[in-house]
Amino acid sequence: MNDQPKPILEMLGITKRFPGVLANDHVDLELYPGEVLALLGENGAGKSTLMNILVGLYRPDEGEIRMRGQRVEIHSPRDAAALGIGMVHQNFMLVKTMTVAENIILGLSDLPFVPDIREVSQRIRELSQRYHLQVDPDAYIWQLSVGEQQRVEILKLVYRGAEVLILDEPTAVLTPQEAQELEGVLRIMTAEGKSAIFITHKMEEVMAFSDWVRVLQQGRLTAVRKTAETSPQELARLMVGREVLFRLDRTECVLGEKILELHNISATDDRGLPALREVTFDIHGGEILGIAGVAGNGQSQLAEVVTGLRHSTQGRILIRGKDMIHASPLAMIRAGVSHIPADRIGMGAVGNMAVADNLAMKGYRGSPISERGVLRPRSILEFAQRMIDAFRIATPTPQTRIKFLSGGNIQKAILAREIDACDGLMVAVYPARGLDVGATEAVRKMLLSQREQGLAVLLISEDLEELLTIADRVAVLFSGRVMGIVPSTQTTVEMLGLMMAGVPLADLPVSTPTTANA
Amino acid sequence: MSVLALISSILAITLRAGTSLIYATVGEIYTERSGILNLGLEGMMLMGAVTAFATAFYTKSLWLALIVAVIVGGLLAALHAFLCVTMRANQVVSGLSITLFGSGLASFLGQRLGPASNNYFLVGMVGPKFTPIQIPVLSSLPVIGAFFNQDILTYLVYLLMPLAWFYLYKTRPGLSLRAVGENPQTADAMGIDVGRTRYLYTILGGMLTGLGGAHLSLAYTPGWTENLTGGRGWIVIALVIFAMWNPGRAVLGAVLFGGINAVQFRLQAAGTAIPAAFLNMLPYLTTIFVLVVMTWWEALSKRIGAPAALGKAYMREEK
Amino acid sequence: MRIVFEKRQSVSRQAILLVPVLSFLVSLVLGAILLLMSGVNPLAAYAAMARGTFGSVYSLSETLVKAIPLMLTGLGVSIAFRMQFWNIGAEGQLVLGAVAAAWAALFLHGVIPDALLLPVAILAGMLAGACWAGVPAGLKAYLGVDETLTSLMLNYVAILLASHLYYGPWRDPQGYGFPGTAQFPAAAWLPRLWGRAHWGVAFAVIAAALLWFILNRTRWGFELKIIGENKTAAHYLGINIARNVLLALLLSGALSGLAGACEVTGISRRLQQGLSVGYGYTAIIVAWMAQLNPVAVLFVAVLMGALLVGGDQVQMMMGLPASMGLVLQGMILFPMLAGSLFTEYRLRLIRREPVAKTPTATPVPTSEVQS
Repeated sequence: MNDQPKPILEMLGITKRFPGVLANDHVDLELYPGEVLALLGENGAGKSTLMNILVGLYRPDEGEIRMRGQRVEIHSPRDAAALGIGMVHQNFMLVKTMTVAENIILGLSDLPFVPDIREVSQRIRELSQRYHLQVDPDAYIWQLSVGEQQRVEILKLVYRGAEVLILDEPTAVLTPQEAQELEGVLRIMTAEGKSAIFITHKMEEVMAFSDWVRVLQQGRLTAVRKTAETSPQELARLMVGREVLFRLDRTECVLGEKILELHNISATDDRGLPALREVTFDIHGGEILGIAGVAGNGQSQLAEVVTGLRHSTQGRILIRGKDMIHASPLAMIRAGVSHIPADRIGMGAVGNMAVADNLAMKGYRGSPISERGVLRPRSILEFAQRMIDAFRIATPTPQTRIKFLSGGNIQKAILAREIDACDGLMVAVYPARGLDVGATEAVRKMLLSQREQGLAVLLISEDLEELLTIADRVAVLFSGRVMGIVPSTQTTVEMLGLMMAGVPLADLPVSTPTTANA
Repeated sequence: MSVLALISSILAITLRAGTSLIYATVGEIYTERSGILNLGLEGMMLMGAVTAFATAFYTKSLWLALIVAVIVGGLLAALHAFLCVTMRANQVVSGLSITLFGSGLASFLGQRLGPASNNYFLVGMVGPKFTPIQIPVLSSLPVIGAFFNQDILTYLVYLLMPLAWFYLYKTRPGLSLRAVGENPQTADAMGIDVGRTRYLYTILGGMLTGLGGAHLSLAYTPGWTENLTGGRGWIVIALVIFAMWNPGRAVLGAVLFGGINAVQFRLQAAGTAIPAAFLNMLPYLTTIFVLVVMTWWEALSKRIGAPAALGKAYMREEK
Repeated sequence: MRIVFEKRQSVSRQAILLVPVLSFLVSLVLGAILLLMSGVNPLAAYAAMARGTFGSVYSLSETLVKAIPLMLTGLGVSIAFRMQFWNIGAEGQLVLGAVAAAWAALFLHGVIPDALLLPVAILAGMLAGACWAGVPAGLKAYLGVDETLTSLMLNYVAILLASHLYYGPWRDPQGYGFPGTAQFPAAAWLPRLWGRAHWGVAFAVIAAALLWFILNRTRWGFELKIIGENKTAAHYLGINIARNVLLALLLSGALSGLAGACEVTGISRRLQQGLSVGYGYTAIIVAWMAQLNPVAVLFVAVLMGALLVGGDQVQMMMGLPASMGLVLQGMILFPMLAGSLFTEYRLRLIRREPVAKTPTATPVPTSEVQS
């Protein structure tokens, strides 16, 4: 009898710190039987951390968890499973070389020493019929499609009698049909009184699947809404909207020559699924083109294609009119393309090398940093000192390993290097993500000064205010497609939010465009 | 009939020579299945051999000798596990240190543990040894008779391989073990203690390797000499790949290495031009070939079962 | 209460220097325990070792004889390890280098001018070592095959090839069946400095200086460092990873090949049994202890060479097994491996904290988020 409005699960004041990062800041959560709760937030908002705490992979620094009103301590996934909590991770927790049945019973301690696989398979078949999760128990995981693997993950949970299912971005890997099937599965389960939490940053899924939405931003719970009483637009704003921190003077710029042209560019992601579909735009010198969109709609693939890190599957890329299709990263660098990658530590910098070395990583190929293949340490140091002064990089010495700097200063160092090397196009991916106010302002000013010097800037950001503040035009990506390109002075957060939710520009209700940032 | 008898005798010799290899191979398969590469086998085998012989020499108890070898092998492996699992040291370097240390210490002990009358040398001493036990009826059968005229440790190998195979593929802990070596994140998420599993099977591998060493000094070539193993510990590393990490196939590699020796003997007798060295290279070259094919043809590698997380330290909360 | 490893906010400089030194001391202490248990005064034994390795001009030359191949292979290994390439094939590369040098010395004598014989033999050795390292490197760079096992397997192939040659076709017919080739012509002898210490030491010093220069002062070295530290960043910076790894490994193999060439032209003056005594494996320990620093490799190699010679000394002078040196060599790395964790991590004891009683409200002000 699930009529009583008693939550099956409560998380109260959960706080989790990683060295230097507050991943969860006093987050609360309630879940009722038979209910689907959506956890909405940008990348890095702390959704996965919160759920990893719930399944015992991380331990909270503060806060408590209650299951059916009882306070519980969850120290390991085993504890979580015993309480009926199970999670489908974004990267599937499956052993590829084992069969479906073996994966499903993996780690179960109440099985006999020699498990009867036939009996297990039989039970799996029953469950798959009951929940419409068709999968062959004797197949090996590596033989299955991604959608089938997800079914195995869900089966694994129901086999273990999970009452609370956590799904981490379950549809990110699914075809639309498979996503629809998943919706059906969830309905059968909730009808049985099971409940589910699913992590997502796609508004349309929130609307389709969930009963309640909780929005996380930078580790904090910022909004709780009943799904029936909200709209994708409101959710988009709740998720990405920030208060305007400051205003920057943006001078009118004269457009220069056409620097970057994309014609019908398509590309796939690492799994081979389409990530970009016929993207066409161009950027002139003295212009900033912003790319808006909810994370995972093709932005990272776009940046990779433009910088030569990923090959497109069709279409043409031209830089200053020169065909650059399938050019290597080095060829792109030589063509004057600079790149501020989203992953600062993993890609943009070499943590164990000195700040000075990191600053020299673009210029080392030629004079004055090197002559005929030999480095000139004094030039490296001079160059580093110049960059440190010009970009106000706070570092004890130029010889300090860059990993010991704060995130903002690492980012400034990458910017310094890329700006100095830039000779045409700057590709900046989430350049201000996770930075404090001061560093954010510095980063934005630098991008504007690039524009004033007649360079082209491709700015990928999740922060609509940022795009409206510094971009000249904004293109919105939705599932790899450009929904529309609008001048930033003639659009609003609401308009962009609609396009981010998948409404093409042409279908937008005609309204008098108001000035941005009002 | 004489061809059959020949094959039978080759097999019998191969098995006898291969017993120590099979123990160590099965042990290392278990270790590697947990994701730990142990290049310390040579040192562990030598230590097993020397301590087993010394124990047998003084106590006259072969069984006590085996127990000592197993404990010594296990201790050295525990050191490797401590360095690789707890201290997250580089597995290659740690294994090599174990080999260096183990072979050095074995040689040292071989010159210190002997009786005063022999200037403390163990070399040249004669101790008790395992002798072949003829199994009535079976041992007099043609062809397969040779299989039943072996020492007790070889008979145990007949049991060890199917048991090890069954444990790895059919039991609950075997399932967990395979998961830890293949995908420790998943194993962890499914409530399996990755560190504990790795300790357990690294130590088990060391114990079996120590036993393999004991077979050399107590049965195959009874007694202790410097460098008794003659590089067997290294050969085992290749045998594991050869067996494709399946203990049921551990005998394959051993037979191949032993068989090549036998075949080469025949070829030389027949006066063929192929030098022995090139035949001896075959197993190593084949191992490289297996590695290349495995990498190149991913689907095959999944069927072969090379543990994907082999050699990689695992840490959960790194951020 | 539990123990966790926490990443240090800065690499401890003292730890970098202290750990190897402490490791050496710890291994001496452990060795002392072993010596005490065998009824020997450890101080006397260590004194004998020290005298026997550095005590006289002759003993110093013997120490160098062992140290030279360790220096060269140690340098070779350290450059491979810097690329995160776990080349444990230095032994095979050394052996093949020796084979190639022997071939040049034996079969090019009289074909090319005598003055060229030694340089050609040495170059042949380097080339052979490079090729031998090129196999696992190429397999890794272009096919992604795990290098640890392939390089290990190739050691046996090289050793078997060498033994085939000195037991078979290259065996000295006047050698009374001794497994070895005829002595090389004098033109192919690497000159000796004193005792058996030969000019190989100069090669090692030059190689170390060159490597230091390459790594710290050249564009190529800069790229190698980046690849070794962070392959994603290297790719992003437009660096060709496969080609650079291959080139670095050719250099690594060439150094091990040089070690082999020096062994046969400088010490044995023939290709013979006993060439492969494990220098290539000890080299890994040398490189690791030197923390892949080329200059430090030279000193560590001398120390390791001294332990080997010291072992022989205690055998001669005190009747102790020579393998004492090996035991000490092996033990040096255990505290070192355990200790290197502390340069990057610190241990922290965590008591289970009382769970906060105020679940909601009053969010703590977020400090600057550092990643």
